[in-house]
Amino acid sequence: MTEFARDAILVVVETGPSGELEKAAASLLGAAAEVGTPIALVLASPGAGSAAAAEAAALGAARVLIAETPDPSALGVPGVDALAAAVKQVQPDAILISHSLNGRDLAGRYAARSRAAISVDAIGVSRDDEGVVAHHSVYGGAYDVTSTATFGPPVITVRQGSIEARATAQPQASETLAVTGSGKPAARIDSFEEAVVATSRPELRGAAKVVAGGRGLGSEEQFALVGQLADTLGAAVGASRAAVDAGYIPQSHQVGQTGVSVSSQLYIALGISGAIQHRAGMQTAKTIVAINKDSDAPIFEIADFGVVGDLFKVVPQLISALEARKKL
Amino acid sequence: MKIIVLVKEVPDTYGDRKLNLETGLADREASEAVIDEIGERALELALTYADAHAGAEVAILSLAPEGATATIRKGLAMGAGSATLVSDEGLRGADLGLTAETLAAAIRRVGFDLVIAGNVSTDGSGGMIPAMLAELLDVPLATGLSSVEISDGAVSGSRGVESGVQKVSANLPAVISITEALPGPRFPNFKGIMAAKKKPLETLTLADLGITPDNPDAARSIMLTVAEKPPRAAGVKIVDEGDAGEKLAAFLVENRLA
Repeated sequence: MTEFARDAILVVVETGPSGELEKAAASLLGAAAEVGTPIALVLASPGAGSAAAAEAAALGAARVLIAETPDPSALGVPGVDALAAAVKQVQPDAILISHSLNGRDLAGRYAARSRAAISVDAIGVSRDDEGVVAHHSVYGGAYDVTSTATFGPPVITVRQGSIEARATAQPQASETLAVTGSGKPAARIDSFEEAVVATSRPELRGAAKVVAGGRGLGSEEQFALVGQLADTLGAAVGASRAAVDAGYIPQSHQVGQTGVSVSSQLYIALGISGAIQHRAGMQTAKTIVAINKDSDAPIFEIADFGVVGDLFKVVPQLISALEARKKL
Repeated sequence: MKIIVLVKEVPDTYGDRKLNLETGLADREASEAVIDEIGERALELALTYADAHAGAEVAILSLAPEGATATIRKGLAMGAGSATLVSDEGLRGADLGLTAETLAAAIRRVGFDLVIAGNVSTDGSGGMIPAMLAELLDVPLATGLSSVEISDGAVSGSRGVESGVQKVSANLPAVISITEALPGPRFPNFKGIMAAKKKPLETLTLADLGITPDNPDAARSIMLTVAEKPPRAAGVKIVDEGDAGEKLAAFLVENRLA
């Protein structure tokens, strides 16, 4: 058996429907490289392993363990079995997993099985004398907290879009991981419908720029203005709960405490008052811009650039000013 | 059919929530405690099934300080048949591992065909407990369901993942978690509130469940530091005088955001 680095950080990444690595892979490997030697465990659909391993090496994995699932319709369990086998081999200092729905299931099941300590929704990792430490931003970004394990490698889930660090590409060194199935009961995936990408807009989760609309847009038709500005900026579209409840846009676009949390470079809030639940989901954005008629709207308390005005006048002018600059 | 619904008492997100900077624990005095809304939606799903299926039992389970009985009574007033509260000093500051072990022991004791939880709480935002329970209870897991069908021996539903939507199903017993796409909770009526007073509400301790909080074989997650972030300061605020769009464009370009 080959030796693994003593400061190995095991990074778990899944492949998507067309075999490519999940988007979070680059930031997970980037975070791992800051505290140790990134070793990737690629959970691949059958036949997708070696291409995904090459991708993981290009993103900075010093070694790649490939686990092609023996049963693609079994939900979750094959991934946990593979992770258990990989941890045994690699003996990592920490395990990094995306804080996605599947990532959370994997981390939770594995931690319960192995009695490992779990740190959730980290926005960064570091090392102290005793081991790897997870950094969290909690209660909607109001507090900074660090956590670690009493012993053993912590299982850390990482918030999507929160880590900018990227690792340097490594020469490809991959091997197939031998996995013994646990035989644990699993739910079945009966069918899968790939999301139709109707627009070229980025996904809200992990987006670098977000334009979000609130009740101030007034109607579903007028909400289209949010999309127009988003397209001008190459941004994702978000919404407040009020806009979702009013039926302007589906719930999957909701930003806030009970929706998606974003930590984008730019967050533009159009016609959003800034209720505390909404602020909880976006106030860690680097730059916040707000346009609202109501000069007392709480969103202005946290905006880097606030415009008190009619968004139906300001936004079209903003779009044409930005378009004019593009033509220069 | 016996359905256990997990509910969690959380600080109300309508107010500012506080952490105690010495202990790192939630400052429960600082905000009003409410049932997490996603847990109420989970309860609504179970009650809707029970309304249509005679013989279905809905039981609430919560792990919280003793004072949480008031919020749990609300669940009984909505229509759940019984409730169990696990409350113990040894659970103060419990991490996910200890929480999951304790809940799993309580679920085994109550007995279940289906466990329904919310996908993510508004305070911890971990979203791990359902997965940990499925592993500890040795049953299938289907998380993040945006629609749910419960039948005699199985549960199925739609599950939105990064790349699309999965249709999933599992034989019972199973653990599922639901999203906000499911209907909101009913309001307790007067009859329900009166009936809730007579419904069984059992309080259990760790000793009742045979759980030792300081099990030397289980690694725990510990908080090393906690710090309050200085509130975000407001920046420039202008009133539109007909050129705010131009000014905003200049701001974005200057900051390399456009």
